[in-house]
Amino acid sequence: MSARPAAGHAPAGHYGFRHAARMEWIKLRTLRSTLWTLAITVAGAVAIGVTVGVNTRNAAGDLTNNALAGVVPGLLLAGVLGVLTMTGEYTSGMIRATLAAVPRRPRLLAAKTAVFAVVMLATGEIATFVSFLAGGMALRHGITAPTLGQPGVLRAVILSGTSFCLVGLLGLGLGAIIRNTAVAVTVLVGGVYVAAQFTGLIARATFGYMPILIVANSLSTTKPETCGSRAALCPHFLSPWAGLAMLCLYAAVALAAGGWVFARRDA
Amino acid sequence: MIEASGLTKRYGATLAVDGLSFGLRPGVVTGFLGPNGSGKSTTMRLIMGLDYPDAGTVTVGGQAYRRLRWPLSEVGALLEARAFHPGRSARSHLHALAAAGGIAPSRVGDVLGMVGLEAVAGKRAGTFSLGMAQRLGIAAALLGDPAVLLFDEPVNGLDPEGVRWARNLMRSLAAEGRTVFVSSHLISEMAVTADRLIVIGRGQLLADTSVTELAARAGGSLEDAFFSLAGESVEFRAGDLPQFQAGAPPGPGAGTSGQRSGRGRS
Repeated sequence: MSARPAAGHAPAGHYGFRHAARMEWIKLRTLRSTLWTLAITVAGAVAIGVTVGVNTRNAAGDLTNNALAGVVPGLLLAGVLGVLTMTGEYTSGMIRATLAAVPRRPRLLAAKTAVFAVVMLATGEIATFVSFLAGGMALRHGITAPTLGQPGVLRAVILSGTSFCLVGLLGLGLGAIIRNTAVAVTVLVGGVYVAAQFTGLIARATFGYMPILIVANSLSTTKPETCGSRAALCPHFLSPWAGLAMLCLYAAVALAAGGWVFARRDA
Repeated sequence: MIEASGLTKRYGATLAVDGLSFGLRPGVVTGFLGPNGSGKSTTMRLIMGLDYPDAGTVTVGGQAYRRLRWPLSEVGALLEARAFHPGRSARSHLHALAAAGGIAPSRVGDVLGMVGLEAVAGKRAGTFSLGMAQRLGIAAALLGDPAVLLFDEPVNGLDPEGVRWARNLMRSLAAEGRTVFVSSHLISEMAVTADRLIVIGRGQLLADTSVTELAARAGGSLEDAFFSLAGESVEFRAGDLPQFQAGAPPGPGAGTSGQRSGRGRS
């Protein structure tokens, strides 16, 4: 046996979550497409909030909810970005380099999830706070803008911001399960936007549990949704915190299932 | 350094690797020779823990790859080309891997220089030619200065100069005492690069010997020796017959080598 090379420079100990997270952070911030998607997510949500503000004539409505009107469409980009965070590894072949560097798959997925969650949470909060402020400033017709100090307003703005993170994580979990970008995006859009509406129509009791309706009616409202003049037909919507817990559950189930298959399947 | 024992992997109805056992020694280049589809890439993926074996084990320095403490500083691997995201620059790709491996960022510039990619390091790697992609893969393999190096078909897409460069690199890595394992379906390339040879066909071990010893079996022609081995287990289709490949230097006693267009998981 020949001697091993004089390399022997490997640091003491072993790589951990911290190293995997640093890798995932560099990977995330060095992809221009990701940065563009994040910027468009914020810009789109704000633009919709401003448009709704400019056209608001009813001072009695939920002005905070109006300013956050861009959240639901913006979630689509957050979810797709989550999907791509996983499926992009497979379509590009990057997964081979990633797993060569961090072969412990649960650790890798935990790091990927954590980095993505922090970035999406920050992006979501920026989107909702800027939407709220810009939407308020855009109000005309003598309507006074709501302030963060009013009841339920700060809660609505913050919780709406978390929905970007949670729908993004739902996408990431789906991406880990499905691996094919087109199929995973279809399932995400179908499940979150389309099927939610149908399921709600068939079984009205489930209406309030649909992700998109949780965001629209539980998280982004300052007072319980009563459907105005059609109050008798109004479905039951979850409270803001119950809605948040439900979205967390959806994301957790997708991530747990994704993690389970990711650890067991050939890469 | 690498020990495979009874390694078996099945993809659906296909038995890709069939009870393969071998050991790799440091200080020499071990060639991994077999026709396309013989199980070379699958074996590499099993070593790296990318795929899980149905039976058997493979260890690096006594441990499964998954259990290595600093994987990039223990094993460097070029598997299939393009194990990188096309939207990221070569430099950012290597920086991300360095972060995972606890490797100093300054090492990124070093390996980019070694493979001759400094000039294009800031460009999106998706714009790279196959040869440049191979060089980036080799840079990633060298990043952690590992004692074990795996190269799966490293000269694919390299020009004649690149082929020669890769060969010299592998030989010098082995001369430094490292374990170097290179797969190829190019007999002539193996003849001038490898010291030892592991020959497989249909996922089974056909020979585990030195290049000189194997060639001597067929009166000095490594190619003849290979075909007499492979003929026992491999049926070559017309498209698999060796053709002259520009760029591959003639090996001893064999002026031709096989290069089939299109690579599957082999």
